Amino acid sequence: MNQKEAVIELQGLNKFYDKFQALKDVDLTVKSGERMVICGPSGSGKSTLIRCVNRLEEHSSGRLTVNGFELDENTKNIREIRQNVGMVFQQFNLFPHLTVLENLTIGPKRVRKMSNDEAEKLARKYLDRVHIPEQADKYPAQLSGGQQQRVAIARSLCMEPEILLFDEPTSALDPEMINEVLDVMVELAESGITMVCVTHEMGFARKVADTMVFMEDGEIVETAPPEKFFTNPDSDRCRAFLDQILDH
Amino acid sequence: MIMKALLKLKTGDYVLLALIVAFILFVAYRVEGALNYNWNWAPIPNYLIRWDEDEQRFVTNFLLEGMFTTLRVCFYASIMALVFGTLLGLARVAKNLAIRMLARTYLEMLRNVPPLVILFIFYFFLSEQLVDAFGIERWARKIARSETAEYWSFFFGDMRKFPALISGAFVLALFESAFVGEIIRAGIQSVGKGQREAALSIGLSWFDQMRYIVLPQAFKKVLPPLANEFISLIKVSAIISLISVPELTFRTQELASATRLIFEAWLTTAALYFVICFGLSYLFRKLENRSAVA
Repeated sequence: MNQKEAVIELQGLNKFYDKFQALKDVDLTVKSGERMVICGPSGSGKSTLIRCVNRLEEHSSGRLTVNGFELDENTKNIREIRQNVGMVFQQFNLFPHLTVLENLTIGPKRVRKMSNDEAEKLARKYLDRVHIPEQADKYPAQLSGGQQQRVAIARSLCMEPEILLFDEPTSALDPEMINEVLDVMVELAESGITMVCVTHEMGFARKVADTMVFMEDGEIVETAPPEKFFTNPDSDRCRAFLDQILDH
Repeated sequence: MIMKALLKLKTGDYVLLALIVAFILFVAYRVEGALNYNWNWAPIPNYLIRWDEDEQRFVTNFLLEGMFTTLRVCFYASIMALVFGTLLGLARVAKNLAIRMLARTYLEMLRNVPPLVILFIFYFFLSEQLVDAFGIERWARKIARSETAEYWSFFFGDMRKFPALISGAFVLALFESAFVGEIIRAGIQSVGKGQREAALSIGLSWFDQMRYIVLPQAFKKVLPPLANEFISLIKVSAIISLISVPELTFRTQELASATRLIFEAWLTTAALYFVICFGLSYLFRKLENRSAVA
């Protein structure tokens, strides 16, 4: 693990919304193949943090490097990075006017300049990976929440990114659908892709995470491997948070 | 539908209807006495379609030709308005402040000046020069004399009137694009932020985001108001009679002054406009209901 290179590096990252500071001087390094789970109370800046990584939010100051490209005003870098960083959203954000297959092929066709056939082959491969090859010709609204989120994961995978970001991927799902999405994410984790995941699913975190990160009030309070994080965290705030969500 | 509505009428409604009918009859009676107008409807159908002796078949005449010109002008104007309006809508939500300001200026200028004034400004100041500059007049005359004239006139009517037709369509499009632009802006803004973010996250360029993700959804949402705009365009198009485009209103004016059938001609024209506009809005409503089910 040690000799692996850093793929995401944040140095002294700050993010302001007017006067409100969402991120305070955040330092964080994600190594290639690392599976990181970020947790913390709502409003702690977890989502803002990962949204900065593919520049859905612009950071106010500090340095942010992805795959050796620095994220700044340079739009060429931004597009380069976005092609290598996939993102899965809480609300799925599938394109409702396109079929499942079209949702998956539009990126490969328009961005990676693949032919129709190539893109479709790729899309079907990843639909298989998320276990819903039979839904290819349906529209998103015809699928259950769990299926939609799996399509969204497949859509990100079709860009064959090196890094996948998950922004609370199961928070908008009915309880009985959470597991089908988590199962897919566990399989992905085992495939060796770099994952940064904001989630409250601690069972999932325990199973796949290499590194646990706890955030509160825009700061990283604790970074630790899961064994230590869940049994003996350094900070009281982290302990209190874990007690709260693991209690029942 | 009308039968159902009739069944729902209550006694009060009947009294009200009776009063209204009585009032109309009273006014009609007074006007009949005072106006001293000799109604003569007999020649009117002849101005819609007439029997052509040479070709031994019915051909469209004066008023109906005018109606076709109205429809042609409105068709071209709405296509242009859709193109300008889409560009304007995109410019209104652009990141760049200068582009937004330009779009806003264009919009406010067109929205706060009467269409008739825009028409005259455009026609006398610009259109004359442009028609000259591009040699449109000469080109149209050449076509009017050529053998393919019939083919061209299917699309543009009498080719000798082409410069006026195109000026009319263009100025209607300019005027209409301001409204279409606002509708499309609203449509773009109604597409959720998450859609843009998802498109960004798979690396789509701004153009592709608009072309494949945002605009298709926006258009679907604003189709009903766009259809209404098209209908209102048909009504507004009557003003281009003032720059001698031989459309329905212009033809009616000519007919009324030549034959003195003033009321008959205008009532017929009103009926024609009504049939087109009401028919279209009925059609659009049907289509809308059907797409809502699908």
